[in-house]
Amino acid sequence: MKNNRLIKVFSNGLLNENPTFRLLLGMCPTLAITKAASSGLGMGLATTFVLVFSNMVVSLLRNIIPEKVRIPSFVVVIATFVTIIDLMIKAFLPALSSTLGIYIPLIVVNCIIFARAESFASKNPVLPSIADGLGMGLGFTLALVMLSSVREIIGTGCWFGMQIMPEGYQPMAIATSPSGGFIFLGLLLLVVNAFVQYTERRKAEKEEEIL
Amino acid sequence: MSNLLLIIVGGVLVNNFVMSQFLGICPFLGVSKKIETAFGMGMAVTFVMALASLITYFVQTYLLLPLNLEYMQTIAFILVIAMLVQVVEVALKKISTSLYQALGVYLPLITTNCAVLGVALLNVREGYNLVESVVNGISGALGFTLAIVLFASIRERLAVSNLPKWMNGFPGALITAGLMSLAFQGFSGLL
Repeated sequence: MKNNRLIKVFSNGLLNENPTFRLLLGMCPTLAITKAASSGLGMGLATTFVLVFSNMVVSLLRNIIPEKVRIPSFVVVIATFVTIIDLMIKAFLPALSSTLGIYIPLIVVNCIIFARAESFASKNPVLPSIADGLGMGLGFTLALVMLSSVREIIGTGCWFGMQIMPEGYQPMAIATSPSGGFIFLGLLLLVVNAFVQYTERRKAEKEEEIL
Repeated sequence: MSNLLLIIVGGVLVNNFVMSQFLGICPFLGVSKKIETAFGMGMAVTFVMALASLITYFVQTYLLLPLNLEYMQTIAFILVIAMLVQVVEVALKKISTSLYQALGVYLPLITTNCAVLGVALLNVREGYNLVESVVNGISGALGFTLAIVLFASIRERLAVSNLPKWMNGFPGALITAGLMSLAFQGFSGLL
């Protein structure tokens, strides 16, 4: 019973309420660092790390933090973990650190993390909060990897730096340019919207048949 | 002097915060349905970004550097910005009620606008001095205002036009923004 709830909370973030596709939160990193699949993956995992730990700490402190100062407190908790991951990436993955640049410290102002702290972690016990952070974080990572894969393959013919398109493929530079970020995210949202509407219609039709 | 001019042209057109650096996308997509509100948001951001550039410069040079606390940069800056937004809100309420009513709703939103923290971090990274930092803050914010007002005027038209069903809402808005960003890319030869 308890495990079921954790799995439900976890998959909620991954699919039903995917932060990028369904809630449209955290758009700045989504657009800025999705030129290459590897930086999309790096950004997604860094955000997941911050989400899981900030959710955990906020949930542990939820009965101690007074209602009135909760927002500054959340900011301090989030900023602490962002600093930790920033220093860790600088030390162990200097190449990733130089591609992501100021977008790593900018995880602080990613609305997903704040939204989860405010709407989930501050009201729920520790384990569900961790599951929620993990689900939301991986959902965000999934979206970033999808978008950055599409952009990298179309824009350079490579995926994670490996050539996968045939020799004669002419890369379309627009996919990796800033405007490509907006256009391809729009197209991806369009596909997701169409898919959601299609499955909902199918579900409704099935229910009608049963009746 | 020419240095400052370069920063201004760079901030407003070439390295536009929204269109080429993707800072401040949330308000750009969120508060761009009407031209008036978009302009209000732009002005509020300009005000806060100029002040934030000024104060974070002092925090960085006179507090973090002498104490060797550069690794506290993120925490210090975000707290300064959050506090600044709060102070601006209280001060505006006392000084100018009309301006407060015009900007009021947008002020709290600015804390989570990554353009504000972004400009503070960029100023440090680029090693700008006090004047350059403030000019960079103001021109970046004016670039933001330009982009959001233009985008809002396109969206006002889009709202009354016949779009395919799936394009309604965000997909259509994002593709519009993409085409705008393509136009801004045309400025890249200026610098």
